[in-house]
Amino acid sequence: MTDNVQSVGLPDERPPANTVGPIAWLRNNLFNTWYNAILTVLVLALLGSAIPPFVDWLFINAHGLDASSAVCRKDNSGACWGFIGEKLRFILFGTFPYEQQWRPLLTIVIFITLLVASCDRRFWKPWLGLVWIAGFLSVAVLMWGGVLGLTPVENTLWGGLPLTLILSVIGLAVAFPAAILLALGRRSNMPAVKVLCVTYIELIRGVPLISLLFMASVMLPLFLPNGVSIDKLLRAQIAFIMFAAAYMAEAIRGGLQAIPKGQYEAADGLGLSYWQKMLKIILPQALAIAIPPLVNTFISFFKDTSLVIIIGLYDLLGAGKAALSDPSWRGFYREAYLFVGVIYWIFCFSMSKYSQKLERDLNRSHRR
Amino acid sequence: MKSGILAAAAAAVVVTATAGAQAATLDTVKSRGFVQCGVNAGLPGFGSPDSAGNWTGLDVDYCRAVAVAIFNDPNKVKFTPLSAQQRFPAIQSGEVDLLSRNTTVTLTRDTSVGLNFAPVTYYDGQGFMVNKKLGVKSAKELNGATVCVQSGTTTELNLADFFRSNNMSYNPVVIESNDEVNAAYFAGRCDVLTTDVSGLAGTRAGVAPVPDDHVILPEVISKEPLAPAVRHGDDQWFDIVKWTINVAIQAEEFGITSKNVDEFVNSKNPDILRFLGTTPGMGKALGLDEKYAYNVVKKVGNYGEVFDRNVGPGTPLKLERGLNALWTKGGLQYSAPFR
Repeated sequence: MTDNVQSVGLPDERPPANTVGPIAWLRNNLFNTWYNAILTVLVLALLGSAIPPFVDWLFINAHGLDASSAVCRKDNSGACWGFIGEKLRFILFGTFPYEQQWRPLLTIVIFITLLVASCDRRFWKPWLGLVWIAGFLSVAVLMWGGVLGLTPVENTLWGGLPLTLILSVIGLAVAFPAAILLALGRRSNMPAVKVLCVTYIELIRGVPLISLLFMASVMLPLFLPNGVSIDKLLRAQIAFIMFAAAYMAEAIRGGLQAIPKGQYEAADGLGLSYWQKMLKIILPQALAIAIPPLVNTFISFFKDTSLVIIIGLYDLLGAGKAALSDPSWRGFYREAYLFVGVIYWIFCFSMSKYSQKLERDLNRSHRR
Repeated sequence: MKSGILAAAAAAVVVTATAGAQAATLDTVKSRGFVQCGVNAGLPGFGSPDSAGNWTGLDVDYCRAVAVAIFNDPNKVKFTPLSAQQRFPAIQSGEVDLLSRNTTVTLTRDTSVGLNFAPVTYYDGQGFMVNKKLGVKSAKELNGATVCVQSGTTTELNLADFFRSNNMSYNPVVIESNDEVNAAYFAGRCDVLTTDVSGLAGTRAGVAPVPDDHVILPEVISKEPLAPAVRHGDDQWFDIVKWTINVAIQAEEFGITSKNVDEFVNSKNPDILRFLGTTPGMGKALGLDEKYAYNVVKKVGNYGEVFDRNVGPGTPLKLERGLNALWTKGGLQYSAPFR
């Protein structure tokens, strides 16, 4: 009777090859319907035809960093990294005096260190503000000079990556608190404040950034009394701050509106004043919710700084373009734009990655 | 946040006030210690920064010439790179003293824009470049051609006018960036590339994979005399710029170069003695040093030297003198006499 009861388990068999493993994954994801199969084949063919020539151009046929333009022109089947080798310092630092270029280099290092350090939540203490002030001051000293034995350098000569970083970091640092005030003002019960904030936001959002820059750089000098001129960089910086503040205000307003009414009422019930309510209850939650749209604004704003080329300032992209106008290095725009693009990408991608992490950390209570 | 506000406050203090433009520009420039010159933000051969950030180019050299005329120092000049839209407000508002930015002389710019144009430093004109394979010899044979052209320039309008007035049709390929227009042409997306002849020559020499495959057609369909400009209202300043450029042209006519100028200081020719300031009078009339012309030739060079150094056959642009030869050699470069 017990004969037909098997007491020893059968050895584990692998599931059929078409349900697990790479083949099954392919079947389920790439070839699960006839149209997906066709698309997969098409995309593969496209990649197959595009990637090898690109790799050839990028690495295999490419000329090294020390190649001259004559060598590159003779054999133009590959990238000419000699262009980057020759123009690296110009693209990174613009027209900053050549032998003084360690100063903008140090500026870049200070900015990146500050940004990376500020990403660590353990450093989110009041003294971080002081560190930032010290950072800004040392950047100002480094770039302007004129003290500590540094040769003075006018800001019309600034360019490249430091200019991009100065415009975007200072722009965002100033615009952010302004944006919070604007967002609060827009939701205020005081009609005058509300009207002012709404008018400002809608006015600025209603025009393209490029027209603000034009106003600041082209129109404004014509309105000023003859001979009085406000610094060009400062004009651009103010235009950026005004623009960023309006956009960020709307992102923050989105966060404010997402906070349930109960939170406001609870804060009122505790007898907190308006500013206590906002600073301790509402804003911490609202800003956490607003991270994705805010970072979106940061990223687009960082890239928008390249518009200063229209007012004759060489930011990173502008310096790359100007490097192309050297008569002996014309036509290597692929290399120039690729190089500049990679630098932009590194900054923007880091911002995006960090914001995702921050979102996870801050929004623990809301996670769905 | 606090730090941001502080930074803004600190930046707001940096408001500079230059002396009023009503004051004579020469006095302003002298008290400031340098000439503020508006140049192109990047035009090969005319105005562009080199790898070390130093400005070079034909337009740039005329800024330096004015600096030499006033200070006897080609480095007492600061350059403001200007976009096409920005250039006129910059000269009108006094942000720059001199606009030397490949600007075409036109009636409206001379009048309603409020500019005074110094002598032409480069005679340019719009032309066509085609691939030799097409066997085209004249622009009149381009009926039905596909033409690559940069958008938003007078080039585009001249092109339309030319084809309309010759009863020909064409397909424009309009692209915004100069580099991409060139790339489109060399990739074979169009039969013809059109822009100023200097630009075509530069593109052929500097960008074309095989320069000899391309030919610039003889027709020049527009006049583009490029000249430095100053704003209305200061005749002395205008005279200084005008007679500084004339120095370069006249020096070439005399055969005086930066290398041999010292040999001419005690020349027998009274014209040359007046020109170089050995016989005084010319510099004083302008409010400059009597030796200003000598200094300009010595430190910047004559017209031919400036031309050859920046755009001539020995440079990547490989431009011929053409219309820019001296009037004695069949060109248009002509200086009024120094007397």
